[in-house]
Amino acid sequence: MLDFNQAAALGQAIAARQVSVREAAEQSLKAVACQKTKLNAWITVDPDQVLRQADDVQRRIDQGEAVSPLAGVPVAVKDNISTRGLRTTCGSRMLADYTPPYDATVVARLSRAGLVILGKTNMDEFAMGSTTETSWFGPTMNPWRPGHVPGGSSGGSAAATASGQVLLALGSDTGGSIRQPCAWCGLTGLKPTYGTVSRYGLIAYASSLDQIGPMALTAGDCRILYEILAGPDSRDSTSLPDSPLPADCKLKAWTGGAGRPLAGLTVGCLDDAAPVQPAISAARAAAIRQLEALGASVEPLAMPLLDEAVPAYYLIATAEASSNLARFDGIRYGYRPDDADVADIGDYYARGRSEGFGREVRRRILLGTFALSAGFYDAWYLQALKVRRLVCDRYAEALRRVDLILSPVSATTAPPLGASLADPLAMYQSDRYTVAANLTGLPALALPFGQDSQGLPVGMQLTGPSFSDRLLLAAGEHIQSAQPVTHCAVDGEVSA
Amino acid sequence: MTYETVIGLEVHVELATRSKIFCACPTDFGQEANTQCCPVCMGLPGALPVLNRAVVDFALRACLATGCRVSQVTRFDRKNYFYPDLPKAYQISQLHQPIGLDGCLDLPDGGRRIRLREIHIEEDAGKLIHDPWEDVTLIDYNRCGVPLLEIVSQPDLRSAEEALAFLERLREILLFLGISDCRMQEGSLRADVNISVRPAGSEKLGTRTEIKNMNSFKAIGRAIASESRRQAEWLRQGRSVSQETRRWDENKDASFAMRSKEDAQDYRYFPDPDLPAVVIDDAWIERIKASQPELPAAKRQRYQAEFGLGDYEVSVLTTDPALSALFEQTARLSGRPRDAAAWLMGEFLQAVKARGSRPDELTLDPAALARIIGMVEAGELNRTAARVVFQKVLDEGADPDTAADEAGLRRMDDPHALRQVVHAVLESCPDAVLDYRSGKRQAFGFLVGQVMRRSGQKADPQQVRDLLKATLETD
Repeated sequence: MLDFNQAAALGQAIAARQVSVREAAEQSLKAVACQKTKLNAWITVDPDQVLRQADDVQRRIDQGEAVSPLAGVPVAVKDNISTRGLRTTCGSRMLADYTPPYDATVVARLSRAGLVILGKTNMDEFAMGSTTETSWFGPTMNPWRPGHVPGGSSGGSAAATASGQVLLALGSDTGGSIRQPCAWCGLTGLKPTYGTVSRYGLIAYASSLDQIGPMALTAGDCRILYEILAGPDSRDSTSLPDSPLPADCKLKAWTGGAGRPLAGLTVGCLDDAAPVQPAISAARAAAIRQLEALGASVEPLAMPLLDEAVPAYYLIATAEASSNLARFDGIRYGYRPDDADVADIGDYYARGRSEGFGREVRRRILLGTFALSAGFYDAWYLQALKVRRLVCDRYAEALRRVDLILSPVSATTAPPLGASLADPLAMYQSDRYTVAANLTGLPALALPFGQDSQGLPVGMQLTGPSFSDRLLLAAGEHIQSAQPVTHCAVDGEVSA
Repeated sequence: MTYETVIGLEVHVELATRSKIFCACPTDFGQEANTQCCPVCMGLPGALPVLNRAVVDFALRACLATGCRVSQVTRFDRKNYFYPDLPKAYQISQLHQPIGLDGCLDLPDGGRRIRLREIHIEEDAGKLIHDPWEDVTLIDYNRCGVPLLEIVSQPDLRSAEEALAFLERLREILLFLGISDCRMQEGSLRADVNISVRPAGSEKLGTRTEIKNMNSFKAIGRAIASESRRQAEWLRQGRSVSQETRRWDENKDASFAMRSKEDAQDYRYFPDPDLPAVVIDDAWIERIKASQPELPAAKRQRYQAEFGLGDYEVSVLTTDPALSALFEQTARLSGRPRDAAAWLMGEFLQAVKARGSRPDELTLDPAALARIIGMVEAGELNRTAARVVFQKVLDEGADPDTAADEAGLRRMDDPHALRQVVHAVLESCPDAVLDYRSGKRQAFGFLVGQVMRRSGQKADPQQVRDLLKATLETD
C-alpha cells in the first residue's frame, strides 16, 4: 500500500505530509474493491463514510492537533465490534440489518487517535468457528492461497491485513480467534491480558473469555495499536486498572540489551505429545534457534491439563454464549421471522432464532443451555470452572519457573475450504494451544515463523504473565528485527 | 378438622436511587414510554452493566435494619428466561451469594418474630401494556434496570392479618430508611405470596401454591383468605393440593392456576461474567451503620419517653417519614412537642387529605410552624388567627410574622384599646347589659362575641371575658 507495509511508517509519512489521509484511505478503498470477490474479507465498507473520516482527520492534523502516531492510517474492524451508524452483523443473518446507536470503547479510542475505520470485516458467525466459513455472508479466503481458509473467527481482519488492503486490524479472541488467523495468514496478533482492553461494545460470545486485540504484519505495529486500545474503561466492570508486573516477575527487570536483547530470559517450550504437522515442528525448531540466538535460554516445559482445557473451554464458552445470545429474539432489532401464522410468543422466538442463527451457533447455544440446566450444572458447568481454576494454577506455577512460554498456535497450517466443518469435534480440538490463554486471562502473542511446503504461513505463540503484554510485543519486535516478517504479495507471489 | 395457614412472602421493593442499577438512566416513574433507556438497560448487543454502588448502600441499610448477616462477598447471577419485557433475556439477580441472609422482623404490639431467609438485589424488567382495542401489546422499557430488593421471609406467617402486619412493618422500615417510596399503586412494592395449609398442630408443611405479583394490601389479604379456604376445602374433600403458580383476579375475587410445578421454568442461573464480585468490608458496613436513620419502632419509644406523647399521637406521627421529620424539627424549634403534634395531626394532615396528596408533597417550613406555636404561646395570636396564618404559610410559604401583620391578625393586647372596644360594645348593646344584670347569664356570651367581632378576632378571649366582667360589675 503506497509502498508501505507498516502502519508506523505510513503514520509518519502522513504526519510529515508526504501522504494525505485521503490518499491513504483511497488506496485502501481501491484495494478493497480489487479483492472483494477474490477474498470476501469485508461485510460492510462505506466509502463515503471512510472519506468523511479521512477529511476530518486531515483537518485535525492540519490544525496542528497531536493526534497519534497512527493518525490517518486506515484500520479494519471485526464485525462484532459496535460502530455507531455502521452496520454491525457478527457475520449473522440475525444482525444482517442491525446498525448500533453507539460506538464500542475501542472504536471511540481509534477515532480519537485519528485512525480511519475502513469497514467491518467478515467473521465466523458470532465468532463461533475457526475458519470464517460459518459467516452468513459467505467464507473468506486466505490471501496466501485462495481455496484455503484464513482461520477464524477473525478471518476477515486477517485476510484484509495479510493482503495489504489495510495495515492494521482489530480482532477479538475468545479461544484463539486473533492468534490462529494471524498464524494462518502470516501476521502478528496479540490476545491481550483479560481486562486490559475494554469489551464495551464488543458483541459478546463468551464474556469471561472475549478480548479485543491488535492484528498487523509486525509486532511493532501491534504495539502502537495496542497502546491506543488498552487502558481502563469505566463502562466495562471487568476492565482492569493499568497494573505493573508483580515484583517477583523476572520480566520486570528485563530491559533487552543490544546484540543479545533476550539475554536473561528463560523461555519454556511447551512439551506436548500431541502430533503437529512437520512444518509446525520445523517452525518450533526455528523459533527456539532464533530465541537462543537473541540470548534467551530455552527449556522444555511440561504442561499438564492440555487435554482437559479444550472441553472445559467449550463448556464455559457455550454456557456463557447461550445466555449472551438469548437477547436476539427479533423483538427490538435483528431478524424477524414471518409471523403470519405463529402460534404464540414462544413459537415466534423459536422460529426467528432457528432461521436467524446458523448451524454452528445453534449447536453451541444448545450445548451451553444443556451445560447450565438444572441437574447438569454441577457436573458440566461447575466442573469446567474447576478445571479452569486448575489450568490457571498450572500456568501461574509455570510462569514462576520460566518467563515466557513458547508453543505452536495451531497444529496445522490453514486447511482447504470445507475441510473443517464436517467434524466439529476435530475443529474444537484444533484450539488446543490457544484456549489456555483465554481460560487464564494471560496475554499471548502469535508471531509468523515461515511457511509450509505449500507456502502457507506458520505461526508460533509466546505466552507471558498477566500484564506482560508490552514485554511480549517488545520480545516480538526483537525477534522480527533479527528476521523480518515475510509479507504476502497481493498477486499471491511471496516476496521477502 | 381445623387447618392452619402457613404463609411466606417474597417482597419486591423498587429502590429510590436516582439512577438505575447498571447504567446512568434516571428511575423516575410515569415518564413518556421508552425515554429513560440507553444501550445498557435496553440490553443492546455489546453493552455492559456497571453496578451503581448506591444500590449496595441501600441494600445494606435494609439488611442492617432487619438484622441480616451481610455477605462479605456478594455476587450477581443471571436468571435466564425469554419474555418481551426482558431485553437481555436474563435478569441480573443474586442466587448463590445474596447480600443479606437470616434476618428477622418483629410483628407489631409485641407480636411474633418473623424470620427472613434472605435479601437480594436484582434489576426490574420493563412493562407490557396490552391494548385490547388495537389487539396489540406495547413495551415500555423505562422500568428496565430499576433496582429492586427481594426480601424473602421464612414460612412463619399464619394468617392474612399477620401477613399484612408484616408487610406494614416492612413498609414503614423501608420508608424510614429512605430507600424506597413503597408506593404499591406505582408498583414500587409488590409481593409474591406462598400459601399452604396443614392440620392444626402439625409440624410438617403442606404443599404450597404461589400467588404472583400482588400490588395492594387489600388484594393480598383477600387472596390469602381465599386461597387458604380453597386449600383447606380440597384437603377436607380428600384431594391433594398441587404445587402451582396462581394468578389473583381482583375482579373475580379469586385466584386461578397459571402453571404447575412440572411447567416450572429452568432459569439456568449462573454467575454473571460481566460483573465482578462485590467485596463489602467492615468500613463500608460501618459507614452505613453510622448514617442509618432512626427506625419507626425506636421513634415510637422515644416520642413517648422524650415528648410524653400518647399512643395514638405516636402512631400517627410515625406513619410517614416526612411527617415525623416535620414533627421532630417543629418540636425542637418550638420546644412544645405536644403543640407541634396537635398542629401536624390537625391542620397539616387535614390539608394533606384535602389535597389528596402525601405529607412529603406539601412544603411546610418547621421553623414557620414553630414560630406560629410561639406566637400563640406568647399570646400574640389567638387560635383562629393562628389557623389563618398557618394556611398562608402552607399555601404561600409566607413568613408567619409578615402574614400576621399584613392580615392585621396580631392580637389586640393593648389594654387601653381593648377597654375602648368593651365600652363601645356596652354602649351599643344596652339590652344585653340589662339582661346580664337581671341575671341572664347567656347575655355574657353574646357580649364576648361582640367584643371579639369588633376587635377583628384579634383580642384574647380570656382577656375579653375578664375585662367585660370587671366592667359590668363596677359600672
